[in-house]
Amino acid sequence: MTMTDSPQQERIIGERRLRREDPGLLSGENRFSDDLVVPGALHLVLVRSPHAHAKILHVDANAARSMPGVVAVLTGQDLQSEWAAPMPCAWPVTPDMKNPAHYPLATEYVHYAGECVVAVVARSQIEAVDAAGAVIVEYEELTPVLDLEDAVTDASLAHEELDSNASFVWSLDPNPEAVEAAFREAAVTVSERYVQQRLIPAAMEPRAMVVVPSPMGGDYTVYSATQIPHVLRVMLALTTGIPETKLRVVAPSVGGGFGSKLDVYAEELLCLVLARRLRQPVRFTEERGEGTMATIHGRGQVQYMELAANADGKVTAVRVKLLADMGAYLQLVTPGVPLLGAFLYHGVYDIGAYSFTCTGLFTNKTPTDAYRGAGRPEATYAIERAMDTLARKLAMDPAEIRRRNFIAAEKFPYESVAGLVFDSGSYQENLAKALDRAGYAELRAEQQRRRAAGDPRRLGIGVSCYVEMCGLAPSRVLASLNYGAGGWEAATVRILPTSKVQVVTGTAPHGQGHETSWSMIVADKLGISPDDVEVLHSDTAIAPHGMDTYGSRSLSVGGTAIYLATERVIEKALKIAAHQMEVAEEDLEYVGASFRVKGSPDQQLPLAAIAFEAFTAHNLPDGVEPNLEASISWDPPNFTFPNGTHIAVVEVDEETGRVQLERYIAVDDCGNQINPMIVEGQVHGGITQGVAQALYEEALYDASGQLLNASLADYLVPSAAELPSFELGSTVTPSPTNPLGVKGVGEAGTIGSAPAVINAVVDALADLGVTDCPMPATPERVYSLIQQATAAR
Amino acid sequence: MYPSSFDYRRASSVQEAIAMLSSDEDAKVLAGGHSLIPLMKLRLASPSMLVDIGRISNLSYVRKEGSQVAIGALTRHRDVETSELLAHEVPILSKVAGQIGDPSVRHVGTIGGSTAHGDGAADFPAALLALGATMVAEGPSGRREIAASEFFKGFLETALAPDEILTEIRVPTGFTKYAFQKFNRRAQDWAIVGVVAVRGERTNVGFINMGPTPLRATAVEERLSAGASVEEAAAVADEGTSPSADINASVEYRRHLARVLVKRALSELG
Repeated sequence: MTMTDSPQQERIIGERRLRREDPGLLSGENRFSDDLVVPGALHLVLVRSPHAHAKILHVDANAARSMPGVVAVLTGQDLQSEWAAPMPCAWPVTPDMKNPAHYPLATEYVHYAGECVVAVVARSQIEAVDAAGAVIVEYEELTPVLDLEDAVTDASLAHEELDSNASFVWSLDPNPEAVEAAFREAAVTVSERYVQQRLIPAAMEPRAMVVVPSPMGGDYTVYSATQIPHVLRVMLALTTGIPETKLRVVAPSVGGGFGSKLDVYAEELLCLVLARRLRQPVRFTEERGEGTMATIHGRGQVQYMELAANADGKVTAVRVKLLADMGAYLQLVTPGVPLLGAFLYHGVYDIGAYSFTCTGLFTNKTPTDAYRGAGRPEATYAIERAMDTLARKLAMDPAEIRRRNFIAAEKFPYESVAGLVFDSGSYQENLAKALDRAGYAELRAEQQRRRAAGDPRRLGIGVSCYVEMCGLAPSRVLASLNYGAGGWEAATVRILPTSKVQVVTGTAPHGQGHETSWSMIVADKLGISPDDVEVLHSDTAIAPHGMDTYGSRSLSVGGTAIYLATERVIEKALKIAAHQMEVAEEDLEYVGASFRVKGSPDQQLPLAAIAFEAFTAHNLPDGVEPNLEASISWDPPNFTFPNGTHIAVVEVDEETGRVQLERYIAVDDCGNQINPMIVEGQVHGGITQGVAQALYEEALYDASGQLLNASLADYLVPSAAELPSFELGSTVTPSPTNPLGVKGVGEAGTIGSAPAVINAVVDALADLGVTDCPMPATPERVYSLIQQATAAR
Repeated sequence: MYPSSFDYRRASSVQEAIAMLSSDEDAKVLAGGHSLIPLMKLRLASPSMLVDIGRISNLSYVRKEGSQVAIGALTRHRDVETSELLAHEVPILSKVAGQIGDPSVRHVGTIGGSTAHGDGAADFPAALLALGATMVAEGPSGRREIAASEFFKGFLETALAPDEILTEIRVPTGFTKYAFQKFNRRAQDWAIVGVVAVRGERTNVGFINMGPTPLRATAVEERLSAGASVEEAAAVADEGTSPSADINASVEYRRHLARVLVKRALSELG
């Protein structure tokens, strides 16, 4: 589908416009939750469990209570009467899913190091910190469950009240006989085990919140660094019993989330009930060192990946079994994360036989939940690593094995074996463009030269082709997956009397530049300047309806809602214009912010004049209400399927094992682009996060379940200094799912990059016989792989 | 990440700072704060008083004095990095300074603070040890000079008395050839292992993070003076070291890196 605007109108969509958000961010003018000055606010500090698994024997808070500035010291028992319901999990993936009750403060047992045990409220942060240090909690330590492959044996239990560590088993087995047959008849099979290590999201802004009660009115304003003000309001109402009408949630400037702020946290609930109980504002800001333990983690899977293929490299079946680490509790969408990848383990390839099973397991570690890409990076990693292994087994070039298996361009819309309908794509063209951009043949020649010369600086080239499902999501599909909410998005477009435009969106930007992009969509459609369009968001009093921002959904769902609301406003303006101009509606066309008579361009009425008429309502046609405004809630008919090819070029230092990313080429197809500069920014950040998983990041635990790298000095988030300048390109196959033809790009970079980098590392060492490298590819790990391979030869 | 409460006093001269330190045995000197403040935030250090010497005006300088260059203790890493005098006379120090932390660290941290902290994982101490620098300390009983070889006593422990302040570092000129091999995973990180090699009339090699204190690679230096090749000397590089294991590297890998990095540093010297 293409956009329907008149070609005469100047296009704003597609311009590289600077982000209007940036001056406020760069100058420090923007206010984040912790910046908000709230007179009289009390400070919440949590006493957290130092143990991964223990029974709480005794809490002695007497000393803490008498310390200066302390207002309250409360245990889980003290607060138990405050809760109308436990903390929410909105995605019960199976009817028999086990979901142990999870309250903001532990009462009898603690199940991960960092779990909240005692709430300390004081007049200042420092007084609360000192008092928290004086709370004495006695524990009886219990055996922690830390490793997924141990957890699945149930040798010891993460939750003492459950009879198994398995929360659920979820399968997708559309054609089991075909899978059996494919493996039986395969000329070659691949069987691999991959570990998706735990990652710590590490948004630039830690979580922060402040709840302001109005003691007489009984209502509460919750300011929180959240991606989901709308969902949060619903969940706060359900867990505290406060009517939703008495809750206003505001997300001020929010400094990144990557999924970690797509959640409902104990501290948010605690601030709210403490504000209710103490009748004073209560605030909490996490320290980085507690955030790394108490904010959700991402990934955490063991993948057993199998491929069956013909001798010519055509893959005939995919069979995958997953163990997925839920952590200690099910947070908002924890069990659903592996399902977001469950349909995509065949990747961009036309494969007819498919089998997927996931076991969700409890461990005594920080809960996991959605982290940039959520399920799809894991799926892409498994298929793209396995395709490389298959290529190696068949002595085929990794690019060639991909070409032989791609879903052909003429097959779109493509109904996949897993039951999805891929909207559009041109995978061959995309790969060809990326290979060309990389100078693939020359890179291979250089690799051969270095091998022949015995150069200890080994060259590796890694190719990864990905497809993701995003634009979350068609509500009926979510229903079939048992998700507890819809996937629509709401928008209001109103033209004010002075013809300035207000857009209200249900999306909740936290770095994505929605204000810029949404203003461009509306300005493009109305033929006005984006500077005349204001975008309001992230406050439930201003934007009461919304499904918020995650899963690369905001443009394809929220942007479409805005586009359609703008269309409706124009339809209404057309009625008024026809009435005023005394012509038939069908004789008018809308060009350059004016209605004009077709064939007589001198006869025109500007939108500004109609806006004022709609305001005065002095002369409106019968049946037309005053004001130029339209609201839409749009539910997408399908997901969107961004895709692309990423190529990593690495140099591996044979003597030290150090991997240096030398070049990175990414050709992404996110459909039509509203603002290519923002697209590139998203791809840059995404690639960096995927490279981080491949080379740098991993939440490390000791044998007792203590997080070893809880500080950003030890948890290695890479910076620009570690990375080359990315070489970006794009192909464009507009999505037929929405009238903008857009697909979404927030997660693409993260999804394509980790397998590209690890494929490159393995490729660099392949002639030594190395076939796999666990993530992250640390220097010592790579060095020992080289040592082992050399010794084996 | 909130330190325990402490008194804060700002000294306007070295003498005043010494008097303040003498008045409280749990007092600590604050310069750039990049070593001390993180320890305080983790409550691994809880000094009763901080004596801030950061505003003492005459402790930031780099000047030639005979066959030495004198560097004021409050000289920022960035000033060491960009000093033309050092680039000419002791270029290894400029090179090392330019790779410490990140730009904001280099604009705040001081050479005296880093040295007085005595961290075996820090870059300056190993460089000063390799150079055979001299530390100048001032205390209630006056001024004394301490050789680098006598200065680093143990883990975060130096020869400075609690009421002494490191005021100046004197480094010899004449080491015209130099190499710095810093192995880390991110540019801003501490070295997993680092090697500082300098060559004038003789070749000195210092190790970063191969033990609780900065170390001299004595085995390497001895082999070299006995006429060994680079490869022969590098092969014994980890002799006499005592690296520890952490989340970045095992003991064996650190020893291996020490051998590789020494080989590279010595080859770089030419």
